[in-house]
Amino acid sequence: MNALHVAALLAVAVSGTATVLVRDPVRQAVVAGFFGLALVILFMAFQAPDVALSQLVVTAVAVPIMVLLTLAKLRDDRDDE
Amino acid sequence: MSRRTRIRLALVALAVLGGLGVAAVAGLPDFGHPRGPYAAAAVEASLDDRHVTATVGGVTFDVRGIDTLGEELILFCAAIGATVLLRAQRGEGEGRDAAERADAARPRMAASLRALGANLVGPVLVLGIYVIAHGHLTPGGGFQGGVILASALLLVFAAGQMIGVRRLRPVSAVEVAEAVGAGAYALVALGGLIFAGAAMANFLPLGTTGQLLSGGTVPVLNAAVGIEVAAAITLIVSELLDQALLRESGDA
Repeated sequence: MNALHVAALLAVAVSGTATVLVRDPVRQAVVAGFFGLALVILFMAFQAPDVALSQLVVTAVAVPIMVLLTLAKLRDDRDDE
Repeated sequence: MSRRTRIRLALVALAVLGGLGVAAVAGLPDFGHPRGPYAAAAVEASLDDRHVTATVGGVTFDVRGIDTLGEELILFCAAIGATVLLRAQRGEGEGRDAAERADAARPRMAASLRALGANLVGPVLVLGIYVIAHGHLTPGGGFQGGVILASALLLVFAAGQMIGVRRLRPVSAVEVAEAVGAGAYALVALGGLIFAGAAMANFLPLGTTGQLLSGGTVPVLNAAVGIEVAAAITLIVSELLDQALLRESGDA
């Protein structure tokens, strides 16, 4: 365990807590991106580049686009009522 | 139950859970010193028996390749499920192509954003192919590369070149690619059964360790998964985009 490990673990703890505390879903999607980035750094620090790469594509591409498109659809559905 | 009692109960439960968590982490083996013989055996099995330098790729696509087959089929089913659900909500009269509907949304994209998106499409495609092709040599592989390939579609959308998207992304071709990727993996698994006597056995020539064409079936399976993942993500995202654009044109 070196300083990088401790810093990465702390970043995951802080950004993970922040993701839960943010209540607006659109902002939550952005904060969740930072949480994902912290996880990428954590996996790199613990010498798991394969997992880091998977986490990177999921957190940067798959999750935000699906969350934002779903939110857009839900908002429009509500407008219709 | 009053609010106070609930908070007290939650604090007790969290304290117990936290204590158990700390005890569990304290009992873990030191970082870099795993217990048991499997870590060393996996490196040996990948490098010596399969000529694969990326041990994670060697394990996921060969030693435990049958698990990856299951995971690939899960994504396959998820993409089909999302498509069926989203298409059922789309009425017959609304069946016009998303490309036409997006023309109204197009001028709202900033010119700099469109230029950036258009310029990044090529490099992102090359990066995706690189990550898939080197899955058996360096970290990465079919899943990661497949998502990178699918993100090139999102860049085309960000660039506002919806006519380009229409040409790039005829949904039927994406569906065929998804089926081909999933089918190719199953066929390679079957090939092991036919040519080497066991499902998922590595029946292709192994080549020289470290070369692009080495590792037998591992790079083939990486390519199959890459095609399948890229098509599945593209399919889900384009169905969701169709829905969003459908709404936008409804407002106009």
